[in-house]
Amino acid sequence: MLPAAFEYASPGTLDEALALLDQHADDGKVLAGGQSLIPLLKLRLASPAFLVDINRIPDLDVLEERDGALVIGALVRHKTAERSSLLANRYAVLAEAAPQVADPLVRNRGTLAGSLAHADPSGDWGSVMLAVDAEFVLRSRSGSRTVKARDFFSGPFSTLLQPNEILTEIRIPARRGPTGGAYLKLERKVGDFATVGVAIQLQMDDGKVGTAGIALTAVGPQNIKATEAEAALKGQTLNDKVIKEAGQLAAKAAEPRADLRGSEAYKRNVVRIFTERGLKRAYERARGGG
Amino acid sequence: MAIDTPPKGFIGESIKRKEDDRFIRGKGNYLDDISLPGMLHMSILRSPFAHARIRSINTKPAEAVPGVVAVVTGALLEQHKLAWMPTLSGDTQAVLATDKVRYQGQEVACVIANDPYVARDAAQLIDVDYEVLKAVVDPYQALKPGAPLIRDEKKDQKDNHIYHWEAGDKAATEAAFKKADKVVSLETFYPRCHPSPLETCGIVADINPATGQATLYMTSQAPHAHRTLFALVAGLPEEKIRIISPDLGGGFGNKVPIYPGYVVATAASLLLGHPVKWIEDRSENLISTGFARDFHMQGELAVNKDGKFLGLRVKMLSDNGAFYADAQPSKFRAGLFHIVTGSYDLPAAHVETDGAYTNKAPGGVAFRCSFRVTEASYLIERLVESAAVELKMDPAEIRLKNFIQPEQFPYKSATGFEYDSGDYPRALKLALEKIGYEQLRKEQAEKRKRGELMGIGVASFTEVVGAGHGTEYDIAGLRMFDSAELRVHPTGKAILKLGVKSQGQGHETTFAQIVAEELGIPASDVEVQEGDTDNTPYGLGTYASRSTPVGGAATAMVSRKLRDKAKKIAAHLLEASEADIEFDHGKFFVKGAPSKSKTIQDVAFAAYTNLPEGMEAGLEGVTYYDPPNMTFPFGTYVVVVDIDRGTGQVKVRRMVAVDDCGVRINPMIVEGQIHGGLTEGFGIAFMELITFDEQGNCIGSNFTDYLLPTSWETPRFETFETVTPSPHHPIGAKGVGESATVGSPAAYVNAVIDAVGHLGITNIDMPVSSDKVWTALQEKGAAE
Ligand SMILES: Cc1cc2nc3c(=O)[nH]c(=O)nc-3n(C[C@H](O)[C@H](O)[C@H](O)COP(=O)(O)OP(=O)(O)OC[C@H]3O[C@@H](n4cnc5c(N)ncnc54)[C@H](O)[C@@H]3O)c2cc1C
Repeated sequence: MLPAAFEYASPGTLDEALALLDQHADDGKVLAGGQSLIPLLKLRLASPAFLVDINRIPDLDVLEERDGALVIGALVRHKTAERSSLLANRYAVLAEAAPQVADPLVRNRGTLAGSLAHADPSGDWGSVMLAVDAEFVLRSRSGSRTVKARDFFSGPFSTLLQPNEILTEIRIPARRGPTGGAYLKLERKVGDFATVGVAIQLQMDDGKVGTAGIALTAVGPQNIKATEAEAALKGQTLNDKVIKEAGQLAAKAAEPRADLRGSEAYKRNVVRIFTERGLKRAYERARGGG
Repeated sequence: MAIDTPPKGFIGESIKRKEDDRFIRGKGNYLDDISLPGMLHMSILRSPFAHARIRSINTKPAEAVPGVVAVVTGALLEQHKLAWMPTLSGDTQAVLATDKVRYQGQEVACVIANDPYVARDAAQLIDVDYEVLKAVVDPYQALKPGAPLIRDEKKDQKDNHIYHWEAGDKAATEAAFKKADKVVSLETFYPRCHPSPLETCGIVADINPATGQATLYMTSQAPHAHRTLFALVAGLPEEKIRIISPDLGGGFGNKVPIYPGYVVATAASLLLGHPVKWIEDRSENLISTGFARDFHMQGELAVNKDGKFLGLRVKMLSDNGAFYADAQPSKFRAGLFHIVTGSYDLPAAHVETDGAYTNKAPGGVAFRCSFRVTEASYLIERLVESAAVELKMDPAEIRLKNFIQPEQFPYKSATGFEYDSGDYPRALKLALEKIGYEQLRKEQAEKRKRGELMGIGVASFTEVVGAGHGTEYDIAGLRMFDSAELRVHPTGKAILKLGVKSQGQGHETTFAQIVAEELGIPASDVEVQEGDTDNTPYGLGTYASRSTPVGGAATAMVSRKLRDKAKKIAAHLLEASEADIEFDHGKFFVKGAPSKSKTIQDVAFAAYTNLPEGMEAGLEGVTYYDPPNMTFPFGTYVVVVDIDRGTGQVKVRRMVAVDDCGVRINPMIVEGQIHGGLTEGFGIAFMELITFDEQGNCIGSNFTDYLLPTSWETPRFETFETVTPSPHHPIGAKGVGESATVGSPAAYVNAVIDAVGHLGITNIDMPVSSDKVWTALQEKGAAE
């Protein structure tokens, strides 16, 4: 597993990093945790000529609530999310997803932002971000812009990120009122990408569903926001019938393909089952305040 | 004040492994740690196609890369008559393809460069013009008339059939089937899986152009046999070949064959006058080196209504890939698959096996499996489960009813083995007791009423390990004996040199303990050496659980030889007659007067300083041990699973393992072997799979696709033992390295079938993945 030759820089500031990326816009790549990029290099599926390592840049590892948002910096590792009491207490869907991403070794290095930039349709964080209606701050040498998660993904392994941009921050609306979330993932073993994953976020309003976020992992060319299922839940009391219907709508939104992980019908069924189970779990959490 | 004396490491003591100090401190010496002055690096270009004719190869762009020293193709090897080599099973295998490529990943050309990265870069630049041919990936299709001929270079080969082999009595079996009330049948596939050692294969070939001395550092489980084969294949004089197999990071059978990479690196070193290193990467290891299994099996059991077995009939088709390269004794074309009668008193059995070529990698190594015993054990244990389901009998009860009984040993099996010893009912009953079988059956019945799926799987395997005897068992003609050389120094410390080769099994400890037991020298004072052919006596190596049955026996015998001499010296020192000398764990004393004694250390010193008149100095010897028979380890595994009807996920709730491998030398090491095997069995049962698409593209070429279990999902194992010594082994030990890999897959799968059998689901082939379980449930209208 020997990669092709590349040049490497490890700048100490964000400005330097952005300048380097600008210079190498044709053949440069950001290196964060390396958990997706390094395997690609080793398999020679990618051979960028220049790597800009962002790990030495200070202040990119923020994980805090600020100005009505949960802010997650570019260098927040899966492991940090897994161990965060802030997430455990207030953002159940993130807290539940984190320990299900990859394996402990990958989680030690890999970052949430890197995972989103990589945009693997089987990645877990994309669904989580779609469910919680996150937005991403993209910075380049010439400025910064903010993009909604639902607009960010444009296909398998592709996003709106420009080669000279760094995803510096993830912003999630801060929790308010009775809210519950869940992340359910079917994997063949620890460290495996999802066969199916379902992210659920429920914002309750006076005993009824205010807004629902439902997003699907590994059942389409990108993480899928199950908008029909979300809409069907709005304003409803969560009973078995409503939950069942949402499950069916989510299954309908899935575009799975048969592979070694299972048939199309199988995956669709797991989407349905996980949506039902996830909604129940999220509802419990919303009612219990957890 | 009590002083703790450190344990001597006698048989039965779980002393810590002597070798672990260096392994856990990063002070081992693995193949890739070896670096020699002037060493060059080799990278292999492999075929992207499963079946294609090579029209031309343009090596020029690779040769032009700065740092590239040579590019080797099949054409070049052909000039030296090295383009083809013999396999361990008497077939031939391409070293580098000359005419056609016959599987994806086959070796096509090699680049030798002064840097591994340069070699890799240049290999990509070699331009091969292929004419793609139709690939054959299914062995049944391969045997159909008109299937593309894979081995068209073989003169007399007109189809893709390799061999036909039978065992047992066909007529007696037919008769038994006629008599029977019922015939239970099962068609099942044991999929292709891979040993996947942590360390991949590799070589540093160092041929001195002046002396012709060839030193080959090789990941080899059988260095002596490999030396002989190198002498025969490459025509190198055997006394000039030294194979050094350094610390091995696992083998599991993967390091038994000789791979093309070894041969090319050696030839390149010969031609270039430099050491050449080749280290396989993970994908190369998975797609091209010795796979295991890939058996399509049809079993039929003739049974009476009361559950009594009358006969067994098996037809088996082996998918051998493009070259028949199984590693197994030469008389046995399908290995020891005829152990398929297992633990049962089957009056009649007949086994028919065939092998087919396909466009897949060759291999058929013993992945922790004593020559196809895994497949056999799986088939009979699954078939017994089917019988239990069909007859609505308890799977434990039907086993108890049909076991070979303890008093029947030595037991002659219907396919020709003589089982040495066993007590199958005892092991099964212990396993049932430990898991709380009756309670679990009650729980299952209640759950079933509520529509919940829970299963209890039983498997009572019998293994056959420790080949020879040498007249029956050989590898490429080399008889399967093994050897031990023991040298005791004046200070009473010893060196033990063996023909076998540890890959992590703990030989340095286990064999030292045998010496400790037999001679009384503490295990810590016995240095065990293996792997260097210049420095160890000839042996056939370590695989098929043979080290303890054969190498261990040799160790005991050579220790006894030295003890006999030591006794004479002790008699001289004690001024007594030899006949009056007794020995107990390192002390010699005159019968009836144990207080007046000489230690083995005293005697060792005397062997060099104070000998009886006329005795040769020294205390050393060598033994070549040819076992009179195989050993037959056995045990019962019981697994409890819960199944999610919505997702098909199977959760292993409990796994109880009772193993009987005869006398346990170091129980901790034995437990470790069992834990490893149960984990491998779990992986094979639920996730491991190398599969191919219709074009013959290998799916499972990296650890994202080829799934190995981690400590996270692997169940907690509850292990127990019974001890039924082997009557013919000097210390009563049997092999244990493979028992759990052989025995456990059926236990896991039987548990799943036990959970869903009542729905009419009789088989789910491995790997039993969630989607397969869900689909089976769905078909029966039982999925959520
Ligand atoms: C064995 C294994 C199992 C895995 N299992 C899972 C799993 O179950 N679920 C899952 O979701 N993921 C899984 N992953 C992927 C893992 O989550 C990666 O960590 C993640 O996809 C990438 O994050 P990283 O920081 O390592 O990014 P890198 O590998 O460093 O980069 C990935 C890509 O994103 C770009 N990039 C990284 N950071 C930024 C940034 N801030 N701005 C712009 N571009 C950026 C890089 O240029 C590169 O193209 C697995 C990985 C491995 C190796």
